[in-house]
Amino acid sequence: MPHVDRIAEPWGTRTPYGPGEPWPVRVDSFLEAGVRAQDVDRWVQSATILHSNGDGLDIAVKDGRVVGVRGRAEDRVNHGRLGPKDLYGWQAVNAPDRLVRPLVRQNGRLVETDWDTAMERVAGRARQLLDEQGPSAIGFYTTGQLFLEEYYTLAVIAHGGIGTSHLDGNTRLCTATAAAALKESFGSDGQPGSYTDVDHADVIALYGHNVAETQTVLWTRILDRLAGPNPPALVCVDPRETPVARAATVHLANRPGTNVALMNGLLHEIIANGWIDERYLRDHVVGFEELQKRVHDFPVEEAARICDVPPDALREAARLIGTARRLLSTVLQGFYQAHQATAAAVQVNNIHLVRGMLGRPGCGVLQMNGQPTAQNTRECGADGDLPGFRNWSNDTHVRDLARVWNVDPMDIPHYAPPTHAMQMFRYAEEGSIRFLYVTGTNPAVSLPELERIRSILAQDRLFLVVQDIFLSETAQLADVVLPAATWAEKTGTFTNADRTVHLSDKAVEPPGEARPDLDIFLDLAHRLDLRDKDGAPLVKWGDAEGAFEAWKECSRGRPCDYSGLSYARLRGSGGIQWPCDADRPGGTERLYAEGRFWSAPDYCEAYGRDLLTGAPLSDTEYKALNPDGKAIIKAAEYVPPHEQAGGEFPFWLTTGRTLYHFHTRTKTARAPQLQRAAPEPWVEMSPADASRDGFAEGDLLEIATARGSVRARLRITEMRDGLVFLPFHYGYWDLPGGCGPGAGSGRAANELTITDWDPVSKQPLFKTAAARVSLVEVCPGTPSLAPTTTASRPVSAEVPATAGGAEAQAEESLS
Amino acid sequence: MNLDLVIRELHRSENELAHVLLRMSERHKTDHETYHVARDLAAWCHDHVRALAEAGKDYGLDLDPSPAGDPSMVERLRDKAAEWLGRRPEPGLLLLADFRHLYLAASEVSLDWELLAQAAQGAKQRDLLELARRCHPQTLRQLRWANARLKESAPQALAS
Repeated sequence: MPHVDRIAEPWGTRTPYGPGEPWPVRVDSFLEAGVRAQDVDRWVQSATILHSNGDGLDIAVKDGRVVGVRGRAEDRVNHGRLGPKDLYGWQAVNAPDRLVRPLVRQNGRLVETDWDTAMERVAGRARQLLDEQGPSAIGFYTTGQLFLEEYYTLAVIAHGGIGTSHLDGNTRLCTATAAAALKESFGSDGQPGSYTDVDHADVIALYGHNVAETQTVLWTRILDRLAGPNPPALVCVDPRETPVARAATVHLANRPGTNVALMNGLLHEIIANGWIDERYLRDHVVGFEELQKRVHDFPVEEAARICDVPPDALREAARLIGTARRLLSTVLQGFYQAHQATAAAVQVNNIHLVRGMLGRPGCGVLQMNGQPTAQNTRECGADGDLPGFRNWSNDTHVRDLARVWNVDPMDIPHYAPPTHAMQMFRYAEEGSIRFLYVTGTNPAVSLPELERIRSILAQDRLFLVVQDIFLSETAQLADVVLPAATWAEKTGTFTNADRTVHLSDKAVEPPGEARPDLDIFLDLAHRLDLRDKDGAPLVKWGDAEGAFEAWKECSRGRPCDYSGLSYARLRGSGGIQWPCDADRPGGTERLYAEGRFWSAPDYCEAYGRDLLTGAPLSDTEYKALNPDGKAIIKAAEYVPPHEQAGGEFPFWLTTGRTLYHFHTRTKTARAPQLQRAAPEPWVEMSPADASRDGFAEGDLLEIATARGSVRARLRITEMRDGLVFLPFHYGYWDLPGGCGPGAGSGRAANELTITDWDPVSKQPLFKTAAARVSLVEVCPGTPSLAPTTTASRPVSAEVPATAGGAEAQAEESLS
Repeated sequence: MNLDLVIRELHRSENELAHVLLRMSERHKTDHETYHVARDLAAWCHDHVRALAEAGKDYGLDLDPSPAGDPSMVERLRDKAAEWLGRRPEPGLLLLADFRHLYLAASEVSLDWELLAQAAQGAKQRDLLELARRCHPQTLRQLRWANARLKESAPQALAS
């Protein structure tokens, strides 16, 4: 079998195919040095947990340890392929610095203790605050990396038991806008499209979505189409020259903060040229007239001026999109973490609605996810929604949920939208949230304006619980640290961005006294003695499969219907897409075929919000707008970003991911191949900006905004002028400072980002801040250590190419 | 015809609403959504003030097209908030008081736009009717924002 260095070649070997053909199988695997496939004791079914693509894989177990992974040939998502994070990232499970015993703070220091002491401290403080202040004192901030069963159990505890509305996930930072945009347009969350749309599309438009780095295997699928007969045309919207931009037919590198202007320009051109499906609009859509009026006064020249892109490029993009026969669109952080996030993402849906391009092969919208199990936080109600896509402002839905849980509807807080993460931190800052329980996430690195976040988390009056697998920056500030088991050490299911549900079986025992997150939540529910209205225990299950069965009942009849699934059906499957019920036992590949939507007033998940103010619509307003359950077109006005580059801070600062890391490097930095591929942060600038300021490749620069400063070495790349880019993964846990920059200079990009969020989705804006850049040290001849294989590809030919060497040889088996 | 009276009153009340929004934004700088959205919404009032000054010319009015300050209003707001809050310094309660005031101020503007639209129809003044049609929906959005924020903030501020 051929060996490939998958650090140097992240997307591996091409297997070209044509439109409508099946994507060929290619099985990728990587095993620990010295272990051969025939030495493996057991292969245990799972899927990837380091990004949202949902690649099916088998975990290799030898002598009770994880020793590698192999792609699942029969999986509908990846057809056997794995990305670099999948191939190498599993090594974090075996890292020597895993948390193995609970810790409690004593005299200012975290010291080891036993589970009973730690959990009594957690439950005791919660009980005390519930007596003293009530549920408004208690907040939960979870992740996008747990399993469905754990989110659902957490949602039952928080919403149904404790009765707090303060429960959100870090999916707020990556995916909240995807959910919000889908709710605005279709009345419900849930991806309309399927990854198989790549096999059929003749035009693929990627909006702020660097899929080559965020979902490497999905990009591999696109690369294989591009290498085959009749390849699709790509339209790319991104200020950087990403691998997607390099492969694109048209690349629009618009000025940060101008996505709505760009989308309105595209829609203007599409409507003006009559590239619309009038019949579809008449039969299945409301709101088109308003859009027509709004974009009529927004000619391409005006949009191009605001966005600073050539008008002809904008026209060409509109022509490609407007004349596509099978159009696939994907959207991610370049829109979601930018100014007017939801308004811009909704305009992508609008393109599909005016063109009638939904529910058929090749005609899909994928409002993407960043985190691997983000979809489950949304379904289960662990991210500021009610479970099963129930509408918090529909009393019938709340009564139905109360029936499922056997509680009084008054016990489920629904007087206002559930509290989003940024507001929870605000309440903690004010002092009204006094207990914050953080699971599997690292706000001390991932939230904007870190100095503020650290000061909130470090308050004496805030009782902070952190449940995680490593002593993250956030865990270092906690009052109690609970050691959790992770992927491969526990059983559960999770769902990717195209609604594919995978089962992940337990392969090995967790280290030391670490316990599955589900077991910890069940222990908490027991200690708090949470009861239903008949006095029986509120949480009625004791294991993962029991939680899954309970969730199936909760989801029955709702859009995300899991009632036709079971562990037995998922075991051995190549992934099954919800909704899956008695009528659709094989799952559902595409939603909204023939223009049938889930937007009827009595069924929809949300009545929608004002795209500028975020104010929710009432049921009366929604009924008047959409009595017949059609799709909803919502127009949006462009407003300038709240912080503008200029004067003292002349550059736009934008942040983002790199292919080799995930989250805050908690796991990826513990995989040697990934860590070596991108060992330290860097700053990107365009050749023109660098030469004007006299900076050269590798020079140490200081980047500052009104919030703070960081230092990083310069990588000169082809991107739009006036922009600086910082990768956001890097924090302090692997530096002497521990949980912050200490006396040294900062390196976390979020020292610099602004505290501002989209009023509709409440997603923070990480893509638009005003910054200045200055030289700290000239470093002649030492290039930055940024990867050369990705968007950070250098303009200089002198920089050595990123490679993984002998330790990164993975196998590829082509059939 | 007393159309000039309505235009003059709207010009005043839109100016006041802008002031309420900006003052609110300034007071709640650490409540980030309030800070940013209030400023976005004040821009609408400023646009309305300019449009009203322009429209007023036809009715013999010489109104300032640039948004004006009104210190006495600020004083009133401070007094009102202080009165409502008593000795309680909690920012959540202050926010609630300010949104309550904003809601009332925006209601006043909304009513005035209705009066103007009615008057314009009675007097067959198409331009004025069009102005009301363009501006009033934005006032209603400002009003709904205040209402939504009140509902959202009240439980934590009042039941904690």
